[in-house]
Amino acid sequence: MTIGKSVKRIEDPRLLIGKGQYVGDILLPDQCEAVIVRSPHAHAKILRIDTEKAKQLPDVQLILTGDDLPKDLEAIPMRLAPNEALTMALQYPLAKEKVLYAGEPVALIVASNRYMAEDAAELIDVYYEPLDPIIDVHQALHPDTEILHPKIGSNDLFLLHSKKGDIDELLKNSPYQLEEDLYVQRHSGIPLETRGLLAFVDENKRLTVYGPTKVVHFNHQILSRLLKKDKKEIRFIETDVGGGFGPRGEFYPEDYLIPYAALKIGKPVKWIEDRLEHMKATNHSREQKHHVVVGFDETGRIHAFKDEIYVDTGAYIRTHGITVPVLTQGLLAGPYDIQGLDFKVHVVATNKTPTGTYRGPGRFEGTFVRERVIDLVAKKLNLDPTVVRERNLIQPNQMPYTNGISALGQLVEYDSGDYPQILAIAKEEMDWENFHKRKAQAEQNGKFIGLGFAMFVEKSGLGPWEFCEVEFAGNGELICKTGLADVGQGVETALAQICSEQLGIPYSKVKVIHGDTDVVEKGNGSFATRGTVVGGSAAYYASAELKKKILQVAADQYHLPSEDLDIKEEVITQVTTGLKLCSISSILKVAKAQGIELREKYTFSIDHMSYPYGIHAAEVAVDLETGKVKIEKYYIAYDVGKAINPMLVKGQLVGGMAQGLGGAMYEELRYDDNGQLITGSFMDYLLPSSMEVPEIDINILEISPSPLNPLGAKGAGEGGTVAVAPAIANAISHALEKYPLHLTSLPIRPEQIREAIKKGPSIRG
Amino acid sequence: MSQSNLRNITFSVNGKGYNVQVEPRMLLSDVLRDELRLTGTHVGCEHGICGACTVIMDGRPIRSCLAFGVQADKAEIKTVEGLAENSCDFHPLQQAFWEKHGLQCGFCTSGMLMTAYDFLEKNHNPTREQIREGISGNLCRCTGYQNIVEAVELAAEIINKKKESLEGPADKRMVFPSAEVEV
Repeated sequence: MTIGKSVKRIEDPRLLIGKGQYVGDILLPDQCEAVIVRSPHAHAKILRIDTEKAKQLPDVQLILTGDDLPKDLEAIPMRLAPNEALTMALQYPLAKEKVLYAGEPVALIVASNRYMAEDAAELIDVYYEPLDPIIDVHQALHPDTEILHPKIGSNDLFLLHSKKGDIDELLKNSPYQLEEDLYVQRHSGIPLETRGLLAFVDENKRLTVYGPTKVVHFNHQILSRLLKKDKKEIRFIETDVGGGFGPRGEFYPEDYLIPYAALKIGKPVKWIEDRLEHMKATNHSREQKHHVVVGFDETGRIHAFKDEIYVDTGAYIRTHGITVPVLTQGLLAGPYDIQGLDFKVHVVATNKTPTGTYRGPGRFEGTFVRERVIDLVAKKLNLDPTVVRERNLIQPNQMPYTNGISALGQLVEYDSGDYPQILAIAKEEMDWENFHKRKAQAEQNGKFIGLGFAMFVEKSGLGPWEFCEVEFAGNGELICKTGLADVGQGVETALAQICSEQLGIPYSKVKVIHGDTDVVEKGNGSFATRGTVVGGSAAYYASAELKKKILQVAADQYHLPSEDLDIKEEVITQVTTGLKLCSISSILKVAKAQGIELREKYTFSIDHMSYPYGIHAAEVAVDLETGKVKIEKYYIAYDVGKAINPMLVKGQLVGGMAQGLGGAMYEELRYDDNGQLITGSFMDYLLPSSMEVPEIDINILEISPSPLNPLGAKGAGEGGTVAVAPAIANAISHALEKYPLHLTSLPIRPEQIREAIKKGPSIRG
Repeated sequence: MSQSNLRNITFSVNGKGYNVQVEPRMLLSDVLRDELRLTGTHVGCEHGICGACTVIMDGRPIRSCLAFGVQADKAEIKTVEGLAENSCDFHPLQQAFWEKHGLQCGFCTSGMLMTAYDFLEKNHNPTREQIREGISGNLCRCTGYQNIVEAVELAAEIINKKKESLEGPADKRMVFPSAEVEV
């Protein structure tokens, strides 16, 4: 049995000895390097671009400005959650008349190497007429503010409105109301490897691009469309990738420019983004302002939840369309059964880097808002926040449950789960019952501790389908071709385990191939926690079909019914007698001799997402002198339905938590009043180090396997991230409950805590 | 760039001698990656924070993105490619990172391994807290560090066991200056 085992990853050995092949590691003969000239202004008219001096440099191979690109070039289209109304706000690969954010590509230079290309970039003079930058959603919506996309007619690019029940009536009838403004700051995935591409044209004019990932086949199609080149004329090859997390692998301006440049000069062109460039050019995420009104009664039961949300989407609409806004409202109600919901989401344009998804898109934001509000309700009523949660949770007998809100084109319908149970498990694990005693004792010793909980519902397994093809190679190795991509999450190992389980072979004998459009027929890719759920199910069925075929060959060979045969440890075995008949390899030979092809393809289709759920709990100690927060204990319980490899699931959750912690306390893509990013390096943009990330206890639960796929898997990629901010904010608020601290905005800053401490206790204990 | 501007550097990387001509402004990380084609050393930030480009130069871990190639003239360098004693083997750190799932995307791993290598040279029986401090100059975006800490802990154990089998129990062993003890 391989499914459910914490086996070592098949990806690791070559990565450990420095033999990974990331796009920057590839060197082709005659390879040139590209550098992108980017706008230094947040908002400006381009008056003139002078490339003459740069052209004089002997090493310069090509210079492109917006005017050099084909006149009929399309803008980069939306991949997910496309919306017709937003097509007028899409980005073109190079700016022409105006730039709308600092970092927008204005020109491209190709030279013999990056040093030379950077020299040349300095010689390009772009003349701008700066315009007033819009750096805030409310500024953007002011009637006097310039409209960034005149064809749309407003900086309020799009409004989503979802509701259930009569919100005004329910609010009016609620004995208590609470109104809050909450803010989640701009931050993003920030993988350790920046983006990069390498494109070349062979003697047959066929274009090959190294470096695409995540949604390789989709982007292949987009490039073919933008270049007006047949898909067969283009090959995409995925390389090793230094972290995905949402931003990587989308179709960016460079994904057009680099192949275009290679076609122009007929030599390989490489582009490796530098770090500052990454911070300015690659998708940002998360920035949202929420205005919440909730109506509730004295028991803590919430009857109405109204939220008006302003998503700062940045200068253009990129490939994610309105994915983040849609998911924000779709899962905003979380695990609670609330009668009245009213969510308005404004998608607002500003002069900042465009945005997209980042691990747990919409849920990180929404979970912070909702779980903070629950604690604020509890505080107002002087109730135990876990009791308020209990009183509002959806009960297991209400499953499947829908709150009537849609996301990504489907009604959100929680498929299964036991929410009260997971809360009870976490309360027990954290010893919540006795915590107040410990807290009082600690306080007597001058130590302020607090415990915070945050519950969440995730979504996973987005369709519409995934593809897998399995085939036995002559050497007995199983070749598994998948439409998924590997962004470091261990997809090769997980799929190998699934195939191995089905076919009775060691997982180390499964070779997983992905991301090569010449080799893998089709695919949707790795995003939205869909890899194991959808791609894993495709591998499961493809292997099952292949097994049937092998057993049939064996059955014919031994004149036994195939139903009585199975494969165990690479041996065809008779089930009823336990008799070992022959090895797989001998059957492979028989099949070959008979001209039977041992290859199966399967496309697994699914039209509903799965909804894993969980809870985070944090115990913190706050230093009254410095305001420093120490996380004393951190606990995550997560019902993933079925863990294919618990070690990898745990790795996802711990790693996800570290990213959530960054979003909760450290990371911010901050802009000044001129629309300049002021946190463009790792000295200002603080990724959590090993000193910040605490030891994390993970409890992987398999209480409610998903009924929607044969594995029962619900996916595990994002649940570690989404509830960190409210768990920590609730814990800090609990620790400092006697102080005037009101945590409604991220990141949580030590100065804010220090400020509250300085003011002194506002409530007498 | 004219030929006259090129500088000659002679150095040893993973025990092998090299002589290359490079521009004075070329970063050591680029010399290793582009000239020597040792691409196991990764470049994550080019401003000395992430640590992905960490290599050992003359016995000290350095950020190869913050050094020029010419500064490595006559130096001895060890990169991830030279970590294992022979190419078919794993160094105990590599083995432990594999066992403990100490990597996901693998991009920070080379630098992390080199930092951990240097750390274990100086700390034979580290506590988890010491390990956390020891690797705190290397950023990892995937793992949340927990499994890296576990891997370094395990590697220390493996190294100590190997030593013990070579030299007898630690408490009865003769004390060698650390440079003489080949692990």
